[in-house]
Amino acid sequence: MDTQSYLPVQPGVGMGENFLSLDDIVLSHERLPIRTECSFPRLGFLEKSSDSQDIPEGTKMELPLWLSKGLYEKKRRVLSVELPKVYREGWRTVFNADPNVVDLHKMGPYYYGLGSQMLHFDSPENPEIAQTLLQTFIGRFRRNMDSSQNAYNEDTSALVERLDCLEKALFTSGQSGLNNFQSWEKGQASQLTASSLVLNYRKRKITDIQP
Amino acid sequence: SKNSELIPSIKLRHCCLLRNQRCLTAYLYDRLLRIRALRWEYGSVLPANVRFHMCAEEVQWFSQYKKSLASFMRSLGGGEGLDITQDMKPPKSLYIEVRCLKDHGEFEIDDGTVILLKKNSQHFLPRWKCEQLIRQGVLEHVMS
Repeated sequence: MDTQSYLPVQPGVGMGENFLSLDDIVLSHERLPIRTECSFPRLGFLEKSSDSQDIPEGTKMELPLWLSKGLYEKKRRVLSVELPKVYREGWRTVFNADPNVVDLHKMGPYYYGLGSQMLHFDSPENPEIAQTLLQTFIGRFRRNMDSSQNAYNEDTSALVERLDCLEKALFTSGQSGLNNFQSWEKGQASQLTASSLVLNYRKRKITDIQP
Repeated sequence: SKNSELIPSIKLRHCCLLRNQRCLTAYLYDRLLRIRALRWEYGSVLPANVRFHMCAEEVQWFSQYKKSLASFMRSLGGGEGLDITQDMKPPKSLYIEVRCLKDHGEFEIDDGTVILLKKNSQHFLPRWKCEQLIRQGVLEHVMS
């Protein structure tokens, strides 16, 4: 079993984010369709389609999640966030019908993560969105778990390509457990190994030498 | 009143500053987590090419982490001390078969014998002497 000394900061659970989590930082880079509910003077340069100096009220544009969350206010109504297509009723019906047929990587790749973050924007459809996220996860979980625990020493790209990032992380974790168990069964668990950091560094060093 | 109109723009700019701060802090913190892992996976002396990529503050952090870990290890076992960075995998035998992956020069074992670690040579050595060299990629543990 490989000793795990490097433990990166995990992403937040549900509607929360971990400040130091690199995964959460990448997730919050995703863009959302928004509508400005007030004007933003002198920031016209952010909005490429028009040439005005200011961003007027009522402008439709796309902002990253981190900026949308930062600006969003319940009382003063600085901006309103539209639901991305994947979380609207049309797609929700598809997910509720059969969650296993959907390509969540294409729909996301942060389907669950972004969906959970959308709940911050007080849409009237929040209860339905939350319900769909949960039921989709539950519906797909059994198949993902089975395949991660049974695909040993084979090309898993077909199994993994339709998973969203959260499911991919769980799949990887399952594979790691499976591989460790198999290695223990073969009696390889007691073999001392070089640190993975050393092996990776050695690979990089060779490319440094080449011109 | 003209000034209060600027507030949304000021707020947007402030969000951007906070975002940059978050990205930088997370990056520096992740570096520290990896540097900490090096103490456990590689040993207490980092190779020059790794130290080359660390800033002065990180080198200092590593040295202080080393000291904290060392004083903790000294306090274990009723004051006798215990090296918890050894035996990360449960040992099966006192001696193990190892093969040398690169030239490492002379190596002295506890009874005074000196072994020459030449590339591709194979030796039967005490496990506790080899563990660090295996982790560093100098020796390879040969399973029978």
